[in-house]
Amino acid sequence: MHAISYAAPTTVADAVSILAEHGANARMLAGGTDLIVQVREKLRDTTVFVDAKHIPDLTQLTVNADGSATLGAAVPCHQIYGDDAIVAQYPALVDACRIIGSTGIQGRASVGGNLCNSGPAGDTIPPLIVHGAVANIAGANGERTLAVEDFCTGPSRNVLGDDELLVSLTLPKPADGSGSHYLRFIPRNEMDIAEVGAGAAVTLDGDTITAARVSIGAVAPTPLFVAAAGEALIGQTAGEAAYEVAANIARDAASPINDMRGTIAHRKHLSFVLTQRALRGAVARARGMEVGHGH
Amino acid sequence: MAETNGNYNVIGTRPVRHDGVDKVTGRAIYGVDAHMPGMLWGQVLRSPHAHARILSIDTSRAEALDGVHAVMTAADIPDPGAGVAEANESGLQSKRYKSASLMARDKVLFEGHPIAAVAATNKHVAEEALALIDVEYELLPVVLDVREAMKPDAPLLLDDLHMDTGGELADQPSNVASRTIHEEGDIEAGFAAADRVFEGEYTMSMVHQGYIEPHNALAYWSADGHLRVECSSQGQFGIRSELADHLQWPISKINVFPSEIGGGFGGKTTIYLEPLAAVLSRKSGRPVKLTMSRSDILRATGPAPGGYAWVKIGITNEGRITAAQAMFAFEAGGYPGSAVGAACLCAFGPYKLTDFRIDGYDVVVNMPKSHAYRAPGAPQGEFAVDSLVDEICEEMGFDRLAFRAMNASEEGDLRANGTRYHCIGNHEVIEAARTSDHWQSAIGSAPGRTRGRGIASGFWMNGGGMSTAVAQLNSDGTVTLREGSVDIGGTRTSVAMQAAETLGIPVEDVDPIVPDTDSIAFTGVTGGSRVTFATGWAAIEAARDLRKKMVDGLADHWDVASDSIVADEDGTFRQNGETVSFKEAAGILDGDDLRLVGSATVVPEGSGNTFAIHIADVDVDLETGKVDVVRYTAIQDAGTAIYPPYVEGQMEGGVAQGIGWALTEEYVYDDEGHMRNVSLLDYRMPTTLDVPMIESIIVEVPNPGHPYGARGVGEVPIVPPLAAITNAIADATGARMRDLPASPPKVQAAIAALDS
Ligand SMILES: Cc1cc2nc3c(=O)[nH]c(=O)nc-3n(C[C@H](O)[C@H](O)[C@H](O)COP(=O)(O)OP(=O)(O)OC[C@H]3O[C@@H](n4cnc5c(N)ncnc54)[C@H](O)[C@@H]3O)c2cc1C
Repeated sequence: MHAISYAAPTTVADAVSILAEHGANARMLAGGTDLIVQVREKLRDTTVFVDAKHIPDLTQLTVNADGSATLGAAVPCHQIYGDDAIVAQYPALVDACRIIGSTGIQGRASVGGNLCNSGPAGDTIPPLIVHGAVANIAGANGERTLAVEDFCTGPSRNVLGDDELLVSLTLPKPADGSGSHYLRFIPRNEMDIAEVGAGAAVTLDGDTITAARVSIGAVAPTPLFVAAAGEALIGQTAGEAAYEVAANIARDAASPINDMRGTIAHRKHLSFVLTQRALRGAVARARGMEVGHGH
Repeated sequence: MAETNGNYNVIGTRPVRHDGVDKVTGRAIYGVDAHMPGMLWGQVLRSPHAHARILSIDTSRAEALDGVHAVMTAADIPDPGAGVAEANESGLQSKRYKSASLMARDKVLFEGHPIAAVAATNKHVAEEALALIDVEYELLPVVLDVREAMKPDAPLLLDDLHMDTGGELADQPSNVASRTIHEEGDIEAGFAAADRVFEGEYTMSMVHQGYIEPHNALAYWSADGHLRVECSSQGQFGIRSELADHLQWPISKINVFPSEIGGGFGGKTTIYLEPLAAVLSRKSGRPVKLTMSRSDILRATGPAPGGYAWVKIGITNEGRITAAQAMFAFEAGGYPGSAVGAACLCAFGPYKLTDFRIDGYDVVVNMPKSHAYRAPGAPQGEFAVDSLVDEICEEMGFDRLAFRAMNASEEGDLRANGTRYHCIGNHEVIEAARTSDHWQSAIGSAPGRTRGRGIASGFWMNGGGMSTAVAQLNSDGTVTLREGSVDIGGTRTSVAMQAAETLGIPVEDVDPIVPDTDSIAFTGVTGGSRVTFATGWAAIEAARDLRKKMVDGLADHWDVASDSIVADEDGTFRQNGETVSFKEAAGILDGDDLRLVGSATVVPEGSGNTFAIHIADVDVDLETGKVDVVRYTAIQDAGTAIYPPYVEGQMEGGVAQGIGWALTEEYVYDDEGHMRNVSLLDYRMPTTLDVPMIESIIVEVPNPGHPYGARGVGEVPIVPPLAAITNAIADATGARMRDLPASPPKVQAAIAALDS
């Protein structure tokens, strides 16, 4: 291991200029639960760590006047599930924050870091997608915004240029009668990476589904937004028949690989099973019922 | 749970273990903590290929790097000569193959095979130096499956390996190192007498012991030729003799210091880093320390072999076994020496057999050289046999415990190796299982899950071997007990308890320590479930010797004949109406300038075989294939339970490891022989959330071959879990899992296959 440099900018502009100066050698450091491990294992040769945690825009979690929420990129999981307003509005994201790693990891691991790490199995990404989150990005050429489903471009790859950083995520206010759920399948009961993850958000008018979004993880090079699954639910009565249709669409959308974490056949099958379960949980929550967070 | 069986004062009680407080408060010094002034850090260059010829190694650029003090390759390791050496719980092993496994000479046979090593001022410089070592390889085709490796046209790993069948060598070289055959009676007649004959094929993955402390070694080769080695091992003497062999250095000039050990389970009974640290120290003149990363441990130390098993059992309509046959082929790894021999000897251990044949094949493949793992070979063998037994019971409608009782091996019955069982507790274990709360309880259910109950048996041989203990009387009446066995499972206390019982003093007055090889006579490895039995016996003899010397000393003091003094069980000494306590006696003797030491080296036989039955309840998620073990009971004959909490500890530990072996642990390779899951994230050992509360039922059938009736206890508890869990899955779902681990993709596919 070589010597490394550490920078702690206090403004987005300073961070951008450090990133621009060092190019691919520099990376943002949020909780470090991915980055430090990867550098130690020589999976990345980062020599300049740019700490995100001294920049106010990146560390604040606010519910805005219009009811939407702005989630600073470096806000750790524990702060998210410790915030009652967030817990009430974005239960799928909260499900993910509660199952990442362990209590210790959740004290540092951020949602922004999870998204920017861009792993196909990143647990917060399907929830961000079903919540309709938008990424607020800053770089040498100014600012831009992008829907989270368009953020990842491949395993460990995303749209950010070397001079860009994720400032925050904006999550729109869910309509009345909404509920959401995220769950994943792991072979053990903790400390595992999702073999498949599935998130769903629905809005109900009585028993009728008026809006729905479905996203599955670990079954393609990036977390998948399965728009067709959500569209198929609209106008349907909430119930098993509707879930099965959506779950079949999710299974067809999945294009997983065989690896040490699972097989193609099992992952396809789990895409179906977990989509059903995520929808059941989302609908139950929309109806005001309690649903535990799954593995 | 036996409090004490009432026959003893100390044995059977539950004292706080001597090393406990230091361990739970983080003060114990482990091998990996060792440090010396002027110490250099070593790093090992390992092969990225699983099978390749080494065309050249050029270390000159590494040697030139600032901060590098020594670089070594296999050329620095002397040829140990032909011949074999004891491989501690792994049978005999060719010294040349062992030498080549330490550092590759002309060929690499598994990914992670050491190629060279560097000692430098710090880890980072050493790591940089590794990148400056140039190695040219010629890649060779890899063989990763035991049955592929046995085919006549398979690529050969070792050109000089000829299959050995009882001393006879095959003409042509092959990947089959040996074939053992155990045969008694007439199997054809036995199968002909059966009403039904059942057969099954089974496969299992290689699995790792998963000890938490990494391998480590600190070596200092002083200018006068004395080599001092500190390392985490299951036996300082085994490390010393292997170092003497592989460094060609006199035993008297090697001193190995045992340290506290963060787990071993059989995997730390041999050398890996120790000779490398020694050679680097000799070359640099400085102490050199090496440690392994988790990835190195998984890729390149000695896991338990995976492999293939075929079992055939003949059965009468009444449920009697008429004949049994089995074939086991195990993945030894890059060099010969899997635990297939013990699989053959143990697989049918719980059952009464008269006509049987068992064939075992030891096969080399491009994986790390397998090594001992807790009851080496027995879990794999029992998985196959007890899976088939379960199928027989299900098909023919036999009660699973009644079947075991009817076919239980008992005293006088034939063992696989042709000898006969001595006093064993097989029936008592079956009866304890039958009356257990678990077996008597309704199975219950959980919403959204399907529950099943499985049972399986286990047998393990247990070992004896040489052990030494020295009991030194202190002036205040306490006793310092030096004993040669590294303590990996609370054995300081179980050994000290036997000395205390013999002397008639509280165990708190005995202070057990485990010295370096220069400070005590030879003691075998901590393995084979032998320590409480054999080293305990040495402690008994040392205590008896000490007491005899105390009597002689008191006889001098009182000026009477020794035989007029009575030494009582409560530690007092009586003579002509006068009684002195043990402590008073110590004071008297010290006043007479008698510093007394009792010692003994013993080589006991008759360690006494042991049996177990485990009961597992599992919940299966039929949609995903996820299996959770929700209730688990382990029943085991411990002989006399010398130190009951650590008998239970061993039982619980075996179950926890068995759950991982059954459900989630496996070596995953790509086609080129690169291990894909080289971290504890993806090499999935069970976490605390994956292991239920374990109920332990100790059965005590004292071993007549030991003064206090001890049998070994540490290994048999990992034998039954594999089949107990897969049998529970079959009970829940109807799906028989014949390939381990029974991971969710396989379980889900098996359930889906039933439906179609
Ligand atoms: C023991 C353990 C268990 C884990 N379990 C899980 C799990 O269950 N599920 C799961 O999904 N993950 C898991 N992880 C991975 C990791 O904890 C998560 O991905 C976490 O959310 C990463 O957040 P972080 O703040 O630590 O990111 P960091 O490690 O700081 O950063 C991650 C990546 O994002 C980049 N980055 C960070 N912030 C920004 C920014 N503002 N702009 C641009 N780039 C940025 C970094 O440069 C880096 O490449 C686990 C990790 C460990 C060590």
